[in-house]
Amino acid sequence: MATKLSPKEYVKRGDRLTGGHRLCAGCGASIVARNVLKGAKDHPVVVGAATGCLEVSTSLYPYTAWEDAYIHTAFENVAATVSGVEAAYQSLKKQGKIDKPFKFVAFGGDGGTYDIGIQSLSGALERGHDFVYVCYDNGAYMNTGFQRSGATPLGAWTTTTPTGKVQPGKPQQRKNLTQIAAAHNVPYVAQASIHDFRDLISKAEVAFDTEGPAVLVVLSTCPRGWRCDVAQSVNMARMMVQSCYWPLYEVIDGKYVINYDPKKRKIPVADWMKLQGRFSHLFKPESQHLVQELQDYVDREWERLKALASLPNPGATTE
Amino acid sequence: MSATTDTQHLIQAVTGNQAVAMAMKQIDPDVVAAYPITPQTDVVQEFAEYVAAGSVKANFVTVESEHSAMSACIGSASAGARTMTATSSAGFALMWEMLYIAASMRCPIVMTTVNRALSGPINIHCDHSDSMGGRDSGWVQIYNEDAQEAYDATIMGFPIAEHADVRLPVMNMYDGFIISGAIGPLQALTDDEVKAFIGDAPTYPNLLNTDEPMTFGPFDGLHGFYFEHKIAQQRAMDRALNVIQGVYDRFAAVTGRQYNHLMTYCMEDADIAMVVANSAAGNARIVADQLRAEGVKAGVIKLRTFRPFPTAEYAKALANVKAVGVMDRADSFGGVGGPLYMELLSALYQYDIRAKTANFIYGLGGRDIFPQDVETGFRLLQAAAEGADLPKSRVYLNMKGA
Repeated sequence: MATKLSPKEYVKRGDRLTGGHRLCAGCGASIVARNVLKGAKDHPVVVGAATGCLEVSTSLYPYTAWEDAYIHTAFENVAATVSGVEAAYQSLKKQGKIDKPFKFVAFGGDGGTYDIGIQSLSGALERGHDFVYVCYDNGAYMNTGFQRSGATPLGAWTTTTPTGKVQPGKPQQRKNLTQIAAAHNVPYVAQASIHDFRDLISKAEVAFDTEGPAVLVVLSTCPRGWRCDVAQSVNMARMMVQSCYWPLYEVIDGKYVINYDPKKRKIPVADWMKLQGRFSHLFKPESQHLVQELQDYVDREWERLKALASLPNPGATTE
Repeated sequence: MSATTDTQHLIQAVTGNQAVAMAMKQIDPDVVAAYPITPQTDVVQEFAEYVAAGSVKANFVTVESEHSAMSACIGSASAGARTMTATSSAGFALMWEMLYIAASMRCPIVMTTVNRALSGPINIHCDHSDSMGGRDSGWVQIYNEDAQEAYDATIMGFPIAEHADVRLPVMNMYDGFIISGAIGPLQALTDDEVKAFIGDAPTYPNLLNTDEPMTFGPFDGLHGFYFEHKIAQQRAMDRALNVIQGVYDRFAAVTGRQYNHLMTYCMEDADIAMVVANSAAGNARIVADQLRAEGVKAGVIKLRTFRPFPTAEYAKALANVKAVGVMDRADSFGGVGGPLYMELLSALYQYDIRAKTANFIYGLGGRDIFPQDVETGFRLLQAAAEGADLPKSRVYLNMKGA
């Protein structure tokens, strides 16, 4: 289980994604990338990125914001691309041609992970490559102008689920990528959020130290797409975690561990939905039921997660 | 080498796929990432046997699709590892996006493409619509008539791909089933000869160099250098023409088997000529022999190097020919003709050669091509050489109901 880094230790770890990149103010993606890489400690890292905001904003030729080796090839295949890099490393290491203790990380947005990239991710997880997959999940295709994805919450406005007379935003609930990843029985899967970067780094550290595939799914605010205040970016993620819309948890060798339970401080989803313009249409009387539907979904999923976490350790022998 | 006296180079009876798998074993790359598809399947299966037996050092990545196969190959080659793969048809089509990226990232990957028709209707048999669809992707393309040629081309792959003047991926084609699954003669090199021929992989900028962390595949913005990158790819193709011939010549010095960009047969004094790729070249040569016996000056040009296209060499070979037929085992619907025909017309026009031309479409979806079908084409050329006109539209060989 991930134990949080002390603040003293945190400040000692330098940035491997430098300033000067072109991500928007308030964007969660750079917070994800910077903190995940702190979890790699002193290891040399090869970073892979799927096409997306993080990719276009950090590698604008002839500049780069990455201190480490970096590769981007396309949108739907960062897991496959990085699996190829890792396979090359394993081969060269076995032949004694390389001795550095490399780590490998693949970054994808929710579009590149939940949707177009899910096959490539699934294949790489099943094959057991020694790498960390990180999804920065802002709940839509933000890079191309806020189109809906499989991660977009119910009722949200996006440019492909616009609000109109007969359709109040996205008609479907989101899918649960974290549990899809966990269903691959990989050694480590975790959900994290940009607001708790110490938790995020600790999870990244576990992920990098894990032999075999590890997956981090990180809630990442997009003020542009969510139509929310830039200054509220981190707070927005905090509130979403506090509402149990985005629980912080780990799946360690199949065992579910909840890292944060707000208990009595659990807030309604409406509290943060009201602060995000993508949901503003839901607060009209005729669509209020959708807010309740999302609340019911979140409550149900939270109870299910707690039930999963109460199961005995699957690795332990039964009495 | 003489097969009768040379016990090291005995002639073996193998399928095309076995020959290529054997070449891959002898090359023993660092990484193979591949997905099985008919009729390439035995290449992957045979190689998996070598992996299971521990007779290769390669890390065999059993990807979940061809798109991921090529993606993993790009990752691997960018990490500085010698990387190979193989595919066919729909798998080739699924790779298509990544073919361009492999070439533009200058990854020296070597790939076998066992030619098979593209769907639909779904058809597992041979034609060239798969690899012809990738002709603009920036890969060196070499077409092979039989198992021996496919084996030899595989051995020659890395010396071409990794050459500092080229640094482009190379794909080798041969006909699905007709060559991939049929048993034919193969005179293989010894493992040592292969190792000596290909040498150690040169070091080029890669992802695993901690002294110089590099960014691969950056974003080229509106005011970037995309245009210049594309020009650099074309210049590499221009240089590849000489490099490939150099590798062919060096290979001839070792094996006695001389390859050229185009393989001419009875072309010295030919009045009529047929241009053809892959296994059907044998049929064309047989018919040319028959016509020669009648006193008709018929010749054959077998296509070998298709990308880069040896324009000047075609012009030279066809300078004095009165009528040229081009056999295409793929079509470009709505285009002037099949892909090879269009290429050849352009080459002739550029060199002011105004021979009469005809386009023969044959063998789509594995339709048989018999010597009499090729003869039908040659007879049209013969008549044209004597003054008749050739059809402007496609001529289909061995079409049902014709």
